[in-house]
Amino acid sequence: MKSSRRKFIRMAGFAALGWSICPSLAGAAVEAGPKLYFKGEEQLSATQWAMAVDTKKLTRQVMNKCIEACHTLHNVPEIDSNQNIKWLWIEPFRNLFYDQSHPNLTDMANKPFLALCNHCENPPCVRVCPTKATFKRPDGIVLMDFHRCIGCRFCMAGCPYGSRSFNFFDPRRYLEQLDPEYPTRTKGVVEKCEFCAHRLDKGQMPACVEASEGALLFGDLSDSSSDVRRALRERYSLVRKPKLGTGPNVYYLI
Amino acid sequence: MYHANKIIPGLVIFGLLMTFPFWFNIGSAAYSTPELVLPEDHEFCVESVEYMRAEHMSMLNEWRDAYVRDGYGEYQSMLTGQMYPMSLTKTCMNCHNNKEEFCDRCHASVSVDPYCWDCHIEPQGVE
Repeated sequence: MKSSRRKFIRMAGFAALGWSICPSLAGAAVEAGPKLYFKGEEQLSATQWAMAVDTKKLTRQVMNKCIEACHTLHNVPEIDSNQNIKWLWIEPFRNLFYDQSHPNLTDMANKPFLALCNHCENPPCVRVCPTKATFKRPDGIVLMDFHRCIGCRFCMAGCPYGSRSFNFFDPRRYLEQLDPEYPTRTKGVVEKCEFCAHRLDKGQMPACVEASEGALLFGDLSDSSSDVRRALRERYSLVRKPKLGTGPNVYYLI
Repeated sequence: MYHANKIIPGLVIFGLLMTFPFWFNIGSAAYSTPELVLPEDHEFCVESVEYMRAEHMSMLNEWRDAYVRDGYGEYQSMLTGQMYPMSLTKTCMNCHNNKEEFCDRCHASVSVDPYCWDCHIEPQGVE
């Protein structure tokens, strides 16, 4: 058979076209298969979840109730040292807002407030995490995938709010009661508040909000009729370290 | 053959070493599949037994990523079309509620040591 250069080029062209189409067809065939993963119907959705802390309603009793609700639900151990694990904790005003305080705020400076992860709009912890164990969900929650955490603690260095804790020990040594609904962590894993993402997915509010007797408000920041937005319209509020540009989503109503 | 006095003993030694596992184990009991305690009140798992036996580890890996990272909470069974929550402790361990008599027997027999239970809390077994 006589083969011309023209014929060879034409065949090469067809072959290249075939090779470029075939993988995409194979991919389409796989995608056309049954979809097996679904989201629950009662799952709450938002563009950006946010919390407002009504500091006028915060009493020691309420704060302790919130902390207890959070820590028992998530199996957070209580370790009596600087290696304690913190998801939700008490911090005085002067530590939270040292850059927004002044000497005449003497009555305010020592007032205890609740502190937690700010679920920033522009979270530094997500940027520095080398394994993408910390990531931001589409609904604005900065979540941790404990399975992926390698314990490098870059996120702890990145977080300007001290919201992350490192497990220096096996936390089960310090837990008297385990809640089987939520896993514990292991030694060498970083952890933090997750805005109860697993509860939102089941249609429930975060545990601390439910226990707070109205001192904590939770809602979608992009929804102008939500509890949080209404409170922010009516009251003066502060966020922690606004100058850093992380965009915290925990507001303190003063 | 050149150097036959070295090559042939060398080949014999090589053959003996290579087949060591076979003749060392002659006479010892054959491997038998461990007997598992299956849940009594359930006929099938989320998928068929053969599928679960072969794929449960990759299925659990995919579930964990789908649940934690992408927010998918429900799994539809290819076998029955029924929906199941994607949860190790709530779905799997709800039926297989005795880790020692189900998970551990196979894992111990094939020397696999999954680290699931370092974090996830094992059920307390049937009372």
